[in-house]
Amino acid sequence: MNGPLNSLALYGRYVATSLRAQAQYPAATLMLTAGHFAATAIEFLGVFALFNRFGAVGGWSFGEAALFYALVNIMFALADLLTRGFDVFGTDFVRTGNFDRLLLRPRSTVLQLIGHEVRLSRLGRLLQAFAVLVLATHLVPIAWDAASIALALWAVAGGVALFAGILVLQATLAFWTVESLEIVNVLTYGGVQAAQYPLNIYAAWFRRLLTFGVPLACVAYYPVVAILKRPDPLGAPDWLLPLTPLAGFAFLALSFLAWRAGLAHYASTGS
Amino acid sequence: MTTSTMGEMARPYLAAFRARFQLMLQYRTAALMGFATQCWWGAIRIMVFAAFYGVHAAAAPISLADAVTYVWLGQALLALLPWVADPEIGHAVRTGGVGYDRLRPVDAYGYWYARTLGWMIARAVPRAALMLLAAGIVLPLVGLEAWAWRPPSGLEAALLFVPAYVLMTALGAAVLMLANVIVAASLNERGVNAILTPLVIVFSGSLLPLDFFPDALRPFLHVQPFAGLVDIPFRIYFADLKGAAALQGLALQAGWTFVLVAFGRLAMERMMRRLEMQGG
Repeated sequence: MNGPLNSLALYGRYVATSLRAQAQYPAATLMLTAGHFAATAIEFLGVFALFNRFGAVGGWSFGEAALFYALVNIMFALADLLTRGFDVFGTDFVRTGNFDRLLLRPRSTVLQLIGHEVRLSRLGRLLQAFAVLVLATHLVPIAWDAASIALALWAVAGGVALFAGILVLQATLAFWTVESLEIVNVLTYGGVQAAQYPLNIYAAWFRRLLTFGVPLACVAYYPVVAILKRPDPLGAPDWLLPLTPLAGFAFLALSFLAWRAGLAHYASTGS
Repeated sequence: MTTSTMGEMARPYLAAFRARFQLMLQYRTAALMGFATQCWWGAIRIMVFAAFYGVHAAAAPISLADAVTYVWLGQALLALLPWVADPEIGHAVRTGGVGYDRLRPVDAYGYWYARTLGWMIARAVPRAALMLLAAGIVLPLVGLEAWAWRPPSGLEAALLFVPAYVLMTALGAAVLMLANVIVAASLNERGVNAILTPLVIVFSGSLLPLDFFPDALRPFLHVQPFAGLVDIPFRIYFADLKGAAALQGLALQAGWTFVLVAFGRLAMERMMRRLEMQGG
């Protein structure tokens, strides 16, 4: 009865409930989505202005850079859409003691948190990322064959796993801090900010951090180089490029290990 | 009017400012977190700038050293940027607390303005001090002068930056007051912020110094009100705007502050007349 199919069905009901709730306020939802679209699209305006003034950087044209930008934004938008429960975990669940209720239910806490809320407004970032993807396809131009589509989907999956892993870690910290630590934003929003430019333009210490510390480069740089069918200016061998998104899944797995350790440590704040 | 009656008249506004200022200073963790976030943000911005300057420095409107200072200054004073409405106003209107404000024998606009100002400055001061310490003092000490926040370019720039800084704060509060009035009228701050944030970030020069945008847009970008929030004062700081151009910049800041305050007062009067009390 607690099998994966049952969990999936339950998750489906969580999503349906959340969507129905937001559909009650169509104007507000549309406005928030449009606002999110605008707030995230201005970053692309910045990328455009810099390329327009300086020309190619790090060997990449504006169109190619746009592909890096589009894919990392798609990854983060999807992760953001799926993991709201972890994002607000400290503030809405630990501090209030609401997490106790989740623990009492005969389902995994992870499932309940993933299903907490699916915010449609996050589609704003996804939409602008897709618009940039179309633009990049025209500018480069990119011939999307089955192999490159599969590679893009694989990279996006790895990226969603990585960002979800960061948010799970943020939630895990809340077991000790009893607050959602906004400092983690430097890894999520800050990570997007960094990875929307091709990695090889950065200093070596920063590249290493983004490859071996928080493996953003593995989901948002190396696979994109492979999609563009270019040799990596940093010298990574061609065969390695499509394998790198695995690092995102490894990061998520480690995050869940930390989550379980945190769960064992949990003491309710409720009264 | 004697000075003592002037002081007497200003007292409630100063008190409102001070109360809010002292309250906001209590949020030390928030300030530390904000500081850490802004260091990271600043570092990424600077690395991106460095990469582009490395390709074609001649295309840039300002030197890399000035661009670096621009980034740190912007991160330090980020809390002065009017990109979200004062959350207390929306709360006061939704709970009916605004009723108390209506009963106070003070000018409603001046009272809110003073409180909003206190909110902005109290969040900016600790972050700016920490940023100055990190980017202005620690970076040069550890041998990273090239990436440091530099002092103003000369005495003239330093002296001109004082009124520019005061005016950017006054202008920011005037913009926020307009946002506050719309929040009070619509009972919803998320919608206002959704429009305000991207507008302010792009047109103030917070995203990029305004001269980095295509040259054809300059005549427009340099006269719109948001330029006085970041672009004009910062360029005065490193003497990219000097002499007559700097004075023109100050005049633009002052003029827009005056216009927005006048407009805000008008809008607030109309809003207050139609305001319906919430709560109970």
